[in-house]
Amino acid sequence: MKALEPLLFELARPGRSGGHVRADGSAEIPTSFARRAPLRLPELTEPQVVRHYTHLAQLNYAVDTGMYPLGSCTMKYNPKVNDRVAGLFADLHPRQSYRLTQGVLALAYELEQMLVKITGMDFVSLQPAAGAQSEFTALLVFKAYHAKRGQAAQRRRIIVPDSAHGTNPASAAMCGYEVTTVKSDARGNVDLEALRAALGPDVAGFMLTNPNTLGLFEERVREVCDAVHRAGGLVYGDGANMNALLGIARPGDLGFDCVHINVHKTFSTPHGAGGPGAGPLCVKAHLRPFLPKPWIVREADGSYHYDTAREDRDPETVGDSIGTIKQRLGNFGVLARAYTYMKSLGDEGLVETSEDAILAANYLLARLRPTYQVAYDRTPMHEFVLTAAPQKKKGASALDIAKGLIDEGFHPPSVYFPLIVAEAMMVEPTETEPKETLDAFAEAMLRVAERAGTDPESLHQAPLRAPLRRLDEVSAARKPVLKWKLPS
Amino acid sequence: MSTVPDDLRYSKEHEWVRLAGDTATIGITHFAQDQLGDVVFVELPKQGSTVRQYASLGVVESVKAASDVYAPLSGEVIERNVKVIESPELVNKSPYQDGWLIKVRLADKGELEKLLSPDDYRSHIGETAPSGG
Repeated sequence: MKALEPLLFELARPGRSGGHVRADGSAEIPTSFARRAPLRLPELTEPQVVRHYTHLAQLNYAVDTGMYPLGSCTMKYNPKVNDRVAGLFADLHPRQSYRLTQGVLALAYELEQMLVKITGMDFVSLQPAAGAQSEFTALLVFKAYHAKRGQAAQRRRIIVPDSAHGTNPASAAMCGYEVTTVKSDARGNVDLEALRAALGPDVAGFMLTNPNTLGLFEERVREVCDAVHRAGGLVYGDGANMNALLGIARPGDLGFDCVHINVHKTFSTPHGAGGPGAGPLCVKAHLRPFLPKPWIVREADGSYHYDTAREDRDPETVGDSIGTIKQRLGNFGVLARAYTYMKSLGDEGLVETSEDAILAANYLLARLRPTYQVAYDRTPMHEFVLTAAPQKKKGASALDIAKGLIDEGFHPPSVYFPLIVAEAMMVEPTETEPKETLDAFAEAMLRVAERAGTDPESLHQAPLRAPLRRLDEVSAARKPVLKWKLPS
Repeated sequence: MSTVPDDLRYSKEHEWVRLAGDTATIGITHFAQDQLGDVVFVELPKQGSTVRQYASLGVVESVKAASDVYAPLSGEVIERNVKVIESPELVNKSPYQDGWLIKVRLADKGELEKLLSPDDYRSHIGETAPSGG
């Protein structure tokens, strides 16, 4: 397959340079540290580099170019003002004294307080660098909590529903827990009887996403939390779908012991693809002693500092804390973006984002329901799951429909997740889109469904209008080429 | 229509068992591989380890999803299919022959009673038995 854009290494020629600064040999690098052989970096001119990245950007589909209804991922628009504010802090050093960074600590503290208010929890750690790291942190906190009560060895199991995100069992396994899966009931809730049967004195906790990955609010969430607590376990809230609940329901009121926040979903920070992220962990008071250190403290006079004795050193006394998960305030630039989003919307604006997200999802579903089969036909929250099982019988799978949507100019919904729905297609429009865009997407979905009925074969060829045709996902997974090899 | 050979026993989780003496060969069914799509990775237990009925014995990963494979029977793993680890597509091409996963020395023959007959498995996956002739 011919690449659409050559690699920088392939474009490079020896001796080319885009540099404006020339080495004059005056840099005093001790010979013991000087490089013996030159680095084999690509040598290009500045316009070559600019064009390369501009071409790549032109090939990309992004929320800045069109609607991105990728279920579970919450591809809402990221306001540009977020970046502008984050840029104000670009020159900070993580080890800068608290005396010189009062504004930074004030922002972080205020953000913690806003998250407390939104989640109904008591305390927050801003350290975790992503949702998955926050899950990991929370399970370490669970472990420390049970250890404090002398039950660490006994409580070795974590329960997850069969609709859970894959990170839940993965985080539990990373913490050394055994994982038990419980099934969902006919209405798409956790099967309470199956959960009760799985609970016991060996259970450390239960992990639950609410609304769950079917986009449905757990109808018996209080009973679920009560059952886990009665067995001596803790309830972890996966906040992946918190963007549906702002000002509507608070995990702390529903019975959860903690919840993490995916700021890139709920509070419009960039989806990093592994880049700097943030996953604040919000906990009830009984879990606070175990939170990562250091903590931010606000004095009566309105000044801020870290709670550790020697300000610029790592905490010496951590008490019951699990220690440090990520330096100081975590990835502060991302947190500053989330703070900006929350402040620019205000309390009422934030509630409106959830209401609009729910309204958009239900409007789309109403338009698609006559044509597509709904997996669990209830009133969803901010996203819904269709099954393309009827279309598959005619010869077009969920994957074919997704590819057909690319030709219609839309990013496809998530497919084949959650795993409990055959031929799943998970649609999350978010609050970003105006009605006209929702209508255009619905009509595209309906056109593709019609093709699936009359000419499924044509969908097997899709996409025809994307930069590349149907990609060979099987070879890519079976024989992945993960790095470019330098020609010798 | 999925193939459901008459000489095998089945689990509700879509594994099959072929019995020879006290050795059980285990794999996933034609229906299961069809639901999964192209299999790209298979993880199997080590030889000499033990598997427990209904507990996870390994993982089959396709382009769509990673799924646990559950042991239909308890026992010691006496052999695992090295070929299927190198060529996961065998699970799709030949689920009942070259695509087998592990061989287990049965710990408890009584567990066989809990498995499904070919007819029960057919109705479990919503298909009726092929009519004769």
